[in-house]
This record gives sequence, C-alpha cells and structure tokens, in this order.
Amino acid sequence: MSPPFFVAEDLHVAIEGKEILKGVDLVINTGEIHALMGRNGAGKSTLTHALMGHPKYEITRGRILLNGEDLATLPPEERAHKGLFLAFQYPTAIPGVSVVNFLRAALKARRGADMPIKEFRTTLFAEMDRLGMEKQFASRYVNDGFSGGEKKRLEILQMAMLQPTLCLLDETDSGLDIDALKIVAEGVNHYMNPNVGVLLVTHYQRLLNYITPHFVHVMIDGRIVQSGGAELALQLEAQGYDWLTPQLRDQSPVAGRQSQ
Amino acid sequence: MSNQTLESIGQDYDTQFGFHDPENYVFKSGRGLTRETVEAMSAMKKEPAWMLEFRLKALEIYHQKPMPRWGDSKMLDSIDFDNIHYYVRPSEREEKNWDDVPQDIRNTFDKLGIPEAERKFLAGVTAQYESEVVYHSISKDLEAQGVRFLSMDDGLRQFPEIVRQYLGTIIPPHDNKFAALNSAVWSGGSFVYVPKNTHVNIPLQAYFRINTENMGQFERTLIIADEGSSVHYVEGCTAPTYSSDSLHSAVVELIALAGAKIRYTTIQNWSKNVYNLVTKRAVAYRNARVEWVDGNLGSKLTMKYPAVYLMEPGAHGEILSIAFSGDDQHQDAGAKIVHAAPNTTSVVTSKSISKGTGRSSYRGLVRVEKGATGVKSSVVCDALLLNPESRTDTYPTMEIHDSTANIGHEASVSKVSDEQLYYLRSRGLSESQAMMMIINGFIEPFTRELPLEYAVELNRLIQLEMEGSVG
Repeated sequence: MSPPFFVAEDLHVAIEGKEILKGVDLVINTGEIHALMGRNGAGKSTLTHALMGHPKYEITRGRILLNGEDLATLPPEERAHKGLFLAFQYPTAIPGVSVVNFLRAALKARRGADMPIKEFRTTLFAEMDRLGMEKQFASRYVNDGFSGGEKKRLEILQMAMLQPTLCLLDETDSGLDIDALKIVAEGVNHYMNPNVGVLLVTHYQRLLNYITPHFVHVMIDGRIVQSGGAELALQLEAQGYDWLTPQLRDQSPVAGRQSQ
Repeated sequence: MSNQTLESIGQDYDTQFGFHDPENYVFKSGRGLTRETVEAMSAMKKEPAWMLEFRLKALEIYHQKPMPRWGDSKMLDSIDFDNIHYYVRPSEREEKNWDDVPQDIRNTFDKLGIPEAERKFLAGVTAQYESEVVYHSISKDLEAQGVRFLSMDDGLRQFPEIVRQYLGTIIPPHDNKFAALNSAVWSGGSFVYVPKNTHVNIPLQAYFRINTENMGQFERTLIIADEGSSVHYVEGCTAPTYSSDSLHSAVVELIALAGAKIRYTTIQNWSKNVYNLVTKRAVAYRNARVEWVDGNLGSKLTMKYPAVYLMEPGAHGEILSIAFSGDDQHQDAGAKIVHAAPNTTSVVTSKSISKGTGRSSYRGLVRVEKGATGVKSSVVCDALLLNPESRTDTYPTMEIHDSTANIGHEASVSKVSDEQLYYLRSRGLSESQAMMMIINGFIEPFTRELPLEYAVELNRLIQLEMEGSVG
C-alpha cells in the first residue's frame, strides 16, 4: 500500500529556541482541500514556513513526509522541486526583477529547462487573464509597490505556472475585497485536481464560502485540537474558539476522515 | 549565508582574459617620466609646436602638484611612478584594413572577440593597443554624414584648429595631478566631432588594453557634438593580470553645444593590479543633454567622478553609475553636477555592491550657483553589502546657493535580505541563483540603459565574480 501523499507526524517547531508547534499531526491526500483555522499566534503560519523550509524555523522533533520522503533536511529549493509551494501571507518584494523574468527563472528551475517562449507567453497571459490581471502587470517588479490584492493574485499566478502538487496557501484571503476574493478562490478551484493537495490557512470563514474544504482543522497554541468537515468552520464562525479546550484534542490524525 | 557560494574574484581570469603577448614593440620609452620622454614622444608623433608646449607645461604642473590626500591615500602612495613605461608604440602606422594589422595584435583582438563585434554591431572602431591606435575603420555612412571618429592623434593632425580650440578647456592641466600627467604624456584615445543636426544612430565604440608590464595608459578623448546633434560613445576595456602595478589615467572631455545630446557609456573591467584614475567632464549648453553611464567592475583602485557642467538654460545632465568591489578592491566613484544656469536639471543614480573585503564609495557633488533659478536635481545612491566585512561609504556634498532649487537626495544601504533569498528559494531557485537575481534587480536601472551586448557581458562578468569558475 502506497504511503499517504503528505504526513506531518508529531511535528515540533521552534523559532530562536522558543517552541511554537508542540506536536502537530496532519494527513493530506491528493484531491483534498484542508482548511487550517485558528486565532492569530496559534502557529498556523509557523506550520507553513516550517513545511517550506524557512531557515529560522527549526524542526526539533517529528517528520514531514511527502510521498514517504522526509523533507526536514532539505533546503527550500529542493522542497519546491519535489512539488511544494507556499503562497506567502506577506510576499516579499524583489525590486528590479520583472514578474515575467522571475516566473521564467522559477519555471526553468522547476523543469530543468526553459519553456519555449511562445508557449510560456500564451500560458502566462491565459492564467493572468483568469486572475483578472492586465498584461502590463507582467513587466512590473515582483511585489514592488503592489497592493495587497495584487500580491495575493501574483502568488496564485505563480502556483498556476509552477504546477506544484502540495499547495500551502497562507491567509490567501487577507486584505482582499469580496471581488478579489472571488477571483482568487476561482483561481484555486480551477487549479485543483486529483493529483494536488491543498492546505488553506485562513483566519475567517468567508473564504470557505468560495473554496469548499474537505476537512477543517483548528489550531490552538501550536497543536491541532479539533478536526472536522466543512461545517466545523461554520460552527467556529458562530461560536468562536472558546468552546475548544486542550482537553477536546482529538488524538487521531485521521479524525477528519472518520467524521465524514 | 554560506561562504561556499561566494568565490574569490579572478579565479577564472587568467584563462578568460589574462593573457599577454610577448613584448614586440617598435619603440618603448625608458622607465620614469622626464622632459626627454615627452620631447621624444611628441617628435615621434610629429606634433605641432603648440602641442609640445602644452605637454611640457603640463609636465611642470604635474611635478609641482602634490598627490591628493583624499580617496584612498594608502593605495595612491604605493604607486611607483618611476617604474612605469610612459609610451609604447606597437607599429609604425595606423591601419585601416584589418588584414594589414600585425598578427600578434590581431590575436589580441581576436581573443577579445572584436572582429566579430565589429562586423555585427559597430559603426566604426578605434581600437587602442598600448599607447597608439593600431586600427580603426570608419564606415562609409559616418563619413557621408560628416562625422569624424578618429584616433586622438589623427584628430590632432587633421583638425588641429578644433583640437586646439577645445582640448584642455574642460579639464585644464592644473585641474588635478592626474589630469596634468595625462596632459603631458597622453597618447591615443578618440576624437569625435558630430556636425550640426546630425544624429549618429549606432554607438561608436573603442577598446583599450594595457600589455607591457608597468605600462601606463594615458588616452585622451575629446567629443564635440555640434548644435542639435546626437551621439552615443561606448568605451569598454580589459587588461591581463600582472604582479606589478599598472596605471590608467585617462582624460575625457565632452562638449554638447546647444540642443545636442551625448551619451558616454563605460564598462570598466581592469584586472586587479590596475590603478584607474580618470577625469571625465562634460559641458552642456542651451537645451543640451549629457548622460554618463558608468560601470566599474575591475581595477585595484578606481577614482572616477564623471561630471556635467550645465552652462545654459534647459541643459540636462545625468549620471548613472554602478560599482562592484570584490576582495581587496576599492571603487571610489561618484558624480559631479554643477548648475551654472537657470532651469537646468540633473539626475544622479548610483548603485554600488561590495563583496568580501571590497570597498565601494560614492563621492558626489551637486552645486547650484547663485542666480541659477528653477533648478531640479535628484540624487539616489544605493549600496548593497554582501558580506559582514564588506564596506561602503557615502560622501555626498550639496552646495546650494539659490533658494529656488529643488533638490532631492536619497541614500540607502542594505544587505541582501534573508526574506528575499527565502522567497526566491521557495520558488526553486538555488541560493546562488537567488543571489544573482537579487543583484540583477538591484542594478536593473543601470543595465536597462546599456546596449544589449553590453548588458549580456555585464551580467556574465558579475556572475563570474559571484560564482567563480562556472565553466
């Protein structure tokens, strides 16, 4: 029997010696969208950066397995080559580097060779169009002077171009108005396919009106304390987080699936 | 940031650029600088008496002037002026036909890829080898337009009145010690004259080399763009690697008459034993425009501050420079703008990168004279430090004597941010690829102004210095 697509196993992560994640267990199979919710400071972003390989985030215990292979010792670029992608909550500006040059370089790093220029342009403009981005956007410098909405759209554009298999979307909805939100959600839904797994970190239920998750997990104080189906998000929206206490933590990593 | 991604400069230099032909010259001056050297040189060139006088007066000034105490005094003091050949002449006459050029000199140019470049890209080439122009050719188009693009020696011979009118008026021998030196022993360089309302559509290019050990290089360039004309001149040079020191002390004078435009582009990549002490200055008259695009990658020490004097209303000056300093290098570069008339404008953009123990400095002056009303000037100088031991200094000076002047000055110093590296690496780029991308982005305002083949060469040169031998 083949291993699950993605497993985080008893994951403990520290930043500068301070433990933030205190034993996270998570299983994501291909074709599944998992939403991760929780208050600010719960550790949601820490999880995404630890998975991506941010140098400051130290895995002190546990494993992160993609197709059975532990990623923990790999640098970020190698994790990207294996199919990981992180849509940043606060994308970094790279002044002087145009979006098109950046995408070509990233694509080449991913594929090992340049995509033929005509194919690249056609694909790029089609994806940009889908995300409501005008063509001249491609000549702007990556995230330099971008509005919040533009940054988030560029993250989804990168995902569409790079074709990752495990997509970590960190608060992709924050700072977006409803129209931009719909476009971004449509971008994610369009990209979704049976070979892709998605971890959607979100603070608000609102995004989940447009992207329907298969599973919802709640993180409190560095642990996933509750997992359920899409209705769990609605419950959190109505009741807040207080009804969840560490005593309610479900030990099984596949609880979400069992409750379906 | 891991150290193994940073390689020292010049690991590959010997095979790529560091070669020198056995010394095979018709005349080589004895070491050291004497009156006799200057007289012999002038006689050999068959110069008019007034030029010999100009040289000898400059020699006097050179001997009198003290060494500047600013810049990199330690390095300047270590130059051994007595141990330099001041004049070497590789062949008896200039050649217009490539096939007639002596073989070892052609080999040098072959290795530098010049013949191909000439065929494909250039309108006309003046190529300096040692102190004389060995080869130049002017395309028929230029001649038909009345554009003069000659060696400075030929310019002096054929247009003595123009040369006498302008030479040394922008940079007189007493300007500084190295201008005096150049004025005394100058040889080679370019003379360009563009007639009224004539536009030269293809960049004029020249190449320089130092070959003889302890050879000084003192080319003199004079460019005159008559009213309403425009021209782009490109200078780029390499030199082989030596254990003793080489001195490159050029003087460039540009005159942009009313409504004219001159752009002067340089990519300097001297090997790390060269002292590159250059005086470059332009004057711009009514509604004229001068742009210096100045790239400094090589040399042990470069001291160079392209200047534009805005003499009449509507004149505009721009200086766009980058400096890259690696281990044991000091790029002391900058800009000088003088607003001597109302409604003049200027833009200075300086980007410097310091790597390893390299040191980059920006030394700039913006001066607005009293009565020069309605001036707008903007200075942006950004420095990027790649290592903890890298160093950058900024010495900006503003001398504003008119209260209507609108002056902007922005400076930044940064290191490559970890967040930028992580973001790019998360997209699959290796650490060194991410670093190159960030550096390319940093100097993009400069590279987008270069002719394409120079932008490509610059990118390759920086990559070489960042990654060592890539193969």
